[in-house]
Amino acid sequence: MANTLEPRPRNAPSRTEPRALPARDGAAESAGNGAAHAHAHAHSAANPADDDSAIIPMRPSGRAMQFSIDEARRNAALGAPVKARVEALSFYYGAYQALKSVSMQIRDKQVTALIGPSGCGKSTFLRCFNRMHDLTPGSRYEGSINLEPEAINLVSQAVDPIEVRMRIGMVFQKPNPFPKSIFENVAYGLRIRGLGSRLRLQEEVEKALRAAALWDEARDRLHSSALSLSGGQQQRLCIARALATSPEILLFDEPTSALDPIATARIEELIASLREQVTVLIVTHNMQQAARVSDYTAFMYLGELIEFDETSKIFTNPGRKATEDYITGRYG
Amino acid sequence: MSVDGLTHHISSRYNEDLQRLLSSVLGMGGLVERQLMQAVGGITEPDENVITRVAQDEVQVNQLERDIDEDCNRILATRSPTASDLRLIITILKTITDLERIGDEGEKIAAIAARLAMRELPRTRYRELRNLGEVVIGMVHDTLDAFARHDTNLALEVLRRDRAVDDEYEGIHRQSITFMMEDPRTIRRALDVMWVVRSLERIGDHSKNICEYLIYLVLGRDVRHTRLEEIERELTRRAEAARAAGPAASAPLGAAGLAPVPTAPLSATAQPLR
Repeated sequence: MANTLEPRPRNAPSRTEPRALPARDGAAESAGNGAAHAHAHAHSAANPADDDSAIIPMRPSGRAMQFSIDEARRNAALGAPVKARVEALSFYYGAYQALKSVSMQIRDKQVTALIGPSGCGKSTFLRCFNRMHDLTPGSRYEGSINLEPEAINLVSQAVDPIEVRMRIGMVFQKPNPFPKSIFENVAYGLRIRGLGSRLRLQEEVEKALRAAALWDEARDRLHSSALSLSGGQQQRLCIARALATSPEILLFDEPTSALDPIATARIEELIASLREQVTVLIVTHNMQQAARVSDYTAFMYLGELIEFDETSKIFTNPGRKATEDYITGRYG
Repeated sequence: MSVDGLTHHISSRYNEDLQRLLSSVLGMGGLVERQLMQAVGGITEPDENVITRVAQDEVQVNQLERDIDEDCNRILATRSPTASDLRLIITILKTITDLERIGDEGEKIAAIAARLAMRELPRTRYRELRNLGEVVIGMVHDTLDAFARHDTNLALEVLRRDRAVDDEYEGIHRQSITFMMEDPRTIRRALDVMWVVRSLERIGDHSKNICEYLIYLVLGRDVRHTRLEEIERELTRRAEAARAAGPAASAPLGAAGLAPVPTAPLSATAQPLR
């Protein structure tokens, strides 16, 4: 019997040659993001009390990713009301269509990450939220981004971009503090908003610096130049500056790509804590970062939204082959 | 995911790492399968040396388990695998544990075979063990085949067979008790037979585990502790969904077919809820 039971040949996985990376145009990679952006006039009355929240269980506070417990995951997803509804948003740089009818719902007080290869339109998408394309010649929006609960269409020409930027803050790839003192950087938006009282200013600045986890390092040098801070500290200062005016949504465009791993970890930690008070939208090339900090992930490619789902789903079992190929580092 | 997909990483070293890992697992599976065939063969065709040969393979199997474990750890640390790559590593880590245990059971069977070989063959020539042994060896073989080809249908087929093994186990159990009651002189032999049957049944369970991991690897759905009928329904549902979605759903990134990605039904109104 022993002789008759020889191992039968097995079909080994077939080897195929890896194909070359397809050529791609990077036209949508917009140039320069250095424009300092004052987040003036925070909208104090904007405290979104969504009626959904009354009937839907709130997201559990634990940050642990729930990989397999479907029920808990669904509850978590249901927990947050919608903060912004993007509907059929298209954007054109002249004749070039950078965004092709993107629709998604941004959940309140959750972190949503946008990932995708260069030129896929994720930064363009992010910039639509605070109308940063308005001054680009020949640019054109189609569709809508409705900011809830009032359903204000952020990209409508009837809506004043200043109004939009009062409610939506932005942090850029490179730290861009104003060449002023640390205190003045944070107080800038508050002053424009008309806050004159020295005492109130001090309170608000401290609050913002604490929220940006910079207070302990900066408390003794509030009046020295912001440019004397390290890169990571400068970036946190920019976050504090954005937070000072209490925005409802905070946009991050590759906030850590110019920072070292420790400063990156600090910023990520900060983003995780910010979700207590603000809705965060983050563009990142670092997929592990998206996996670490976000609750939802959107994968974009060539101006289209390919897949949008909970982060834990996207990174363990994405629904689309294209998403899978991108996050696993494949081009097939 | 498909087996071919392994080779499509931008990093060719990553491709090679995963390919090598998969071949090591299949190599380990081959050794375990050989151990098992020798052990079961040793019962029906008495052979005193069977234990030595099985033990020699066991040394290699153990070494492979350690090596594969280390490779998986290294890949986890250096590549941060995601999605199907992550599922592959997790599946492999679990699979090798079950494979190693199949090897251990094989060694137990071989030890009993060596003992039985010193006694006279019964009239049945252990036909019941040979039958069950062939079913279980077939399960292990098909499990490894399914693993090599990422074939969920074959995995499902193995899961179905595990029920038959459990029934057979019950049958031999009852038969042994009858023998023992009829003639107490057969008790020693009947107990040995029971040990072998027990081991074979355990091996069937380990094969079943590996098939469940495989379904998780391919479909991303954890089917452990799930009723067979439910798994069957899920697989059918997936197959139908894949057929309905057509080739577009599986269009790879960067392929010419992707440029006009069909937005409906998913991205037209993409919501994070299912």
